[in-house]
Amino acid sequence: MAQMTMIQAITDAMRIELKNDENVLVFGEDVGQNGGVFRATEGLQKEFGEDRVFDTPLAESGIGGMSIGLALTGFRPVPEIQFFGFVYEVMDAISGQMARLRYRSGGSFHAPITVRSPFGGGVKTPELHADSLEGLMAQQPGLKVVIPSNPYDAKGLLISAIRDNDPVIFLEHMKLYRSFRQEVPEEEYTIEIGKADVKREGSDITIVTYGAMVQASLKAAEELEKEGINAEVIDLRTVSPLDIDTIIASVEKTNRAIVVQEAQKQAGIAANVVAEINDRAILSLEAPVLRVAAPDTVFAFSAAEDVWLPDHSDIIEKAKQVVNF
Amino acid sequence: MGTKTLENIEGQFEMFQILNENGEIINEEAMPELTDEQLQELMRRMVYTRILDQRSISLNRQGRLGFYAPTAGQEASQLGSQFALDKEDWILPGYRDVPQLIWHGLPLYKAFLFSRGHFVGNQADGLNMLSPQIIIGAQITQTAGVALGLKKKGKKNVAITYTGDGGASQGDFYEGMNFAGAYGAPAIFVVQNNRFAISVPVEKQSAAKTIAQKAVGVGIHGVQVDGMDVLAVYKAVTDARERAINGEGPTLIETMTYRYGPHTMAGDDPTRYRSEDLDSEWEKKDPIVRFRKYLESKDLWNEEKENEVVEKAKEEIKAAIKQADKTPKQKVTDLIEIMYEELPHNLREQYEEYSAKESK
Repeated sequence: MAQMTMIQAITDAMRIELKNDENVLVFGEDVGQNGGVFRATEGLQKEFGEDRVFDTPLAESGIGGMSIGLALTGFRPVPEIQFFGFVYEVMDAISGQMARLRYRSGGSFHAPITVRSPFGGGVKTPELHADSLEGLMAQQPGLKVVIPSNPYDAKGLLISAIRDNDPVIFLEHMKLYRSFRQEVPEEEYTIEIGKADVKREGSDITIVTYGAMVQASLKAAEELEKEGINAEVIDLRTVSPLDIDTIIASVEKTNRAIVVQEAQKQAGIAANVVAEINDRAILSLEAPVLRVAAPDTVFAFSAAEDVWLPDHSDIIEKAKQVVNF
Repeated sequence: MGTKTLENIEGQFEMFQILNENGEIINEEAMPELTDEQLQELMRRMVYTRILDQRSISLNRQGRLGFYAPTAGQEASQLGSQFALDKEDWILPGYRDVPQLIWHGLPLYKAFLFSRGHFVGNQADGLNMLSPQIIIGAQITQTAGVALGLKKKGKKNVAITYTGDGGASQGDFYEGMNFAGAYGAPAIFVVQNNRFAISVPVEKQSAAKTIAQKAVGVGIHGVQVDGMDVLAVYKAVTDARERAINGEGPTLIETMTYRYGPHTMAGDDPTRYRSEDLDSEWEKKDPIVRFRKYLESKDLWNEEKENEVVEKAKEEIKAAIKQADKTPKQKVTDLIEIMYEELPHNLREQYEEYSAKESK
């Protein structure tokens, strides 16, 4: 075991997969010699050579299209989009193309591609760096969307993502990159994609969440405990497909739920979770399922992040509202 | 100074031609090395494809085909370029480029199933080809990736892709060529300039006098070819292929061609935007007429040979349509099964739902 930050765990996962499978290729803007703008690919080019880990021209659409072409010739591409706000440039290659490749070729071809990309607020980035756009990806049949909230999950999920034979969007929250360390096994291990994790057991209310909102929800749960409210915190880990079984089992136990996301209320995936609970567990509910989300404006100017981003106090407030319904 | 530079560049993209409109060789030294049999095979393929176009239009009108983008006029451009390929080379076609797939090995009935909208029509069965790309430009960046993949695997093969004159305005067109250039990847980018993108003439796409000169912006080789001259197209692609597999990087080839028919069979009417004069000017350049004259002058072609091809084409088309008819109808469970290697939770549920419906 070693103490690792999430960024170190991510680098470690890529190192393991580059070693395991000669078809794994890591590429993107500044991922080579520079080791990535967040050092996620630090040392990988030196260890595996320029043939395996390399820089690309500055063009996201080209990176996406190139990933598909490399997949067609037998490679397992792990491209990086420098910030997920830039996904609009590569929406066709991701949603219009790689997500559909297996289907459109009737199974003749497939796209074992893992698109890695940082996102998330709280670190005062400039425009279109921090936007939560996982909701767009979650709407596209053919993709899986994974969002880890800690170093241990990040490593196991990234190894699974790279080994998956269909495209996976792997979103890395910038605020979580170095915010804490955790024990992470040095050897390889995997975490199944599509499986949520109960981060805190509880009996009074279920908090379903993902990304940076997991830490905020755990903090909120501690404070709620002081007031006699025992919250169960579910980290989705994969936002598409959802782990229905884990969500429903928890709601059937607690009879109350909120869904917490950093994205705007009209975005993200919280509405999906609410709909699934309504479809499958309405008779267990003592109160409506409410959502904690950002306001429906464009992502905040950086100096306004503190008042705009949802935090643990918003979660506490919403949880109490549900408990006292 | 700027204008002078532009003129200098444009001067470098004179149209490459071997065979003139009368079927005479006007560029002997560029003549590709083709045997008599190969020359005849090229002609057979062009005649066959012209018949295929005529029959496809008619089958579409009868409702026995769906989406169809006419190809008449572009036989030299499409087939001359495919003829220069190795079986292991990759083709990433646009939506008008079904003939190249057929001559690269796609069974005719599958081409018809593609037209009708059936997934079996898109199954490649080990052939190095994708089904026709509908998003104009997407095939270009993918080609850069396939070419880089071939280079990394040490294969002596190329990836070829096709788009039209309108497609050369897309960002992906530039990005794909630029990536291939930066990596020295063995790619061939063919722009079939038939002068119109639906109703918009090429002059409204760009101020550039040629599309071939767009190669300059990405630092790769570019050539403009008479796209109605099958020998010139074949030669240009052969040369580009040779350079590519020798590690000399990609080439942009602009073929000057024309489509005699409408843009697609979905209600486009070319008389709204094309003059009769322009049509008849290009009919004089018909690639089949021109090549026929050349082969007849060498005593390699005659009416009997041509009729044989026409009859064979008609028979095979009939048989292929029958085979397409016999292909089992698609079920929702089929569509679910080809989404992922392992179905996620939501699709497992929906699979059960639809298989219950389908077994009723």
